[in-house]
Amino acid sequence: MDVKILGTGCANCRALEEATREALTEADVDATVEKVEEMEEIVGYGVLGLPALVVDGDVALAGRVPPPAELADLLSPTD
Amino acid sequence: MWDAIADLLVYGLIGLEPATRAAQSVHFFVHEVLKIGFLLVVVTHLMGLINALLPVERVREAIASGRLRGAEHLAASSFGAVTPFCSCSSIPLFIGFLQAGIPLGVTFSFLITSPLVNEVALALFLGTFGWKVTVLYAAAGIVLGTILGFVLGRMGLERHVEEWVRKAAARSRETGAGRDLAVAGDPEGGGPPSPAPGGASGEGGTGPDWGPLLRRVSSEATEIAGGIAPYVVAGVAVGAAVHGWVPAGAFDRWLGEGNPLAVPAAVAAAVPMYAGASGVIPVVESLVAKGIPLGTALAFMMAVVGLSLPEALMLKKVMRPRLLATFFGSVAGCIVLVGYGFNLVF
Repeated sequence: MDVKILGTGCANCRALEEATREALTEADVDATVEKVEEMEEIVGYGVLGLPALVVDGDVALAGRVPPPAELADLLSPTD
Repeated sequence: MWDAIADLLVYGLIGLEPATRAAQSVHFFVHEVLKIGFLLVVVTHLMGLINALLPVERVREAIASGRLRGAEHLAASSFGAVTPFCSCSSIPLFIGFLQAGIPLGVTFSFLITSPLVNEVALALFLGTFGWKVTVLYAAAGIVLGTILGFVLGRMGLERHVEEWVRKAAARSRETGAGRDLAVAGDPEGGGPPSPAPGGASGEGGTGPDWGPLLRRVSSEATEIAGGIAPYVVAGVAVGAAVHGWVPAGAFDRWLGEGNPLAVPAAVAAAVPMYAGASGVIPVVESLVAKGIPLGTALAFMMAVVGLSLPEALMLKKVMRPRLLATFFGSVAGCIVLVGYGFNLVF
């Protein structure tokens, strides 16, 4: 799984990155996690709020830090 | 009600002598923390719910649709008021609005009001100044965003938007990417309210799935309230000290009616205080109690909340210096006017 966290380094963005890494470890999912801080690249995803979560190229979430259960759901492998 | 609880805690449980200064300050502190804490939880939940039912993607769609004929600025400003603001979101929001074909002036209306009127400020105002001042503050913020966005939109500032932003906006308008992405922005698992027509998650049109939605809103609201709690407690503590020890009229000479430049001075002093906005408001309440005019205090608080340095640094990436200066300068100018206005009225 390819996971990207879009965010510029504000408190919420860091919270999402941390929560994502935790959720992935917990669920024992094999994933690469990348933090995207470059604004031009972030804008390319068309999100209106930060932080945002991109899973396998699709925007899964934008503008908030989800509760752990929801995050785990978003990060669970679909197949 | 809060008085009774604070009485019980301070005089009963801790056993302080009601007549002493220390007891009065402690009483004030306990009273304020309880009241503001309660309002903070209520208002963050309420705003979280509004926002969950009316996500910014949908707001953008409504404004871009052109169905609001003439009311775009007011709508954008009002939507800005109910949308939680985070300075790091200002760029994606700015570009996202332009991508959808929303004019620069309307985008500004949103961008001006969004930080100015937010759930935290409203909760603190309710707790400290009561509902009349809160309504006044929110109305002033929305009107300011509406008018200023309209004026800025007439100034032909588009060419002062950074080149890469204009290109990004144009590119996505051509391919219609902005529209597709509006749907992609809707979270799937979180139970978005009433899925968009033909949306991916359309399982009958029964409306929002309230259980998960409310749990999500509650968890986020608690997070917000918890995050600023230390600032609020610190602010109330300073306020309590002012309340107990500073004599009435102590600040009259600098910030009172005796100084005609008090309002702009207060606005200038407010800009670097952004990080502690939630702590500043309780302090200001105590200052008003000591005789500082409400307009000056209000201008100060609008500036603390609305003129944020982190936001300016962010927007520097998408706006050329001239546009950035015009934007922040005019917002600051209007806040000063609002301050003078309130001082005249009250």
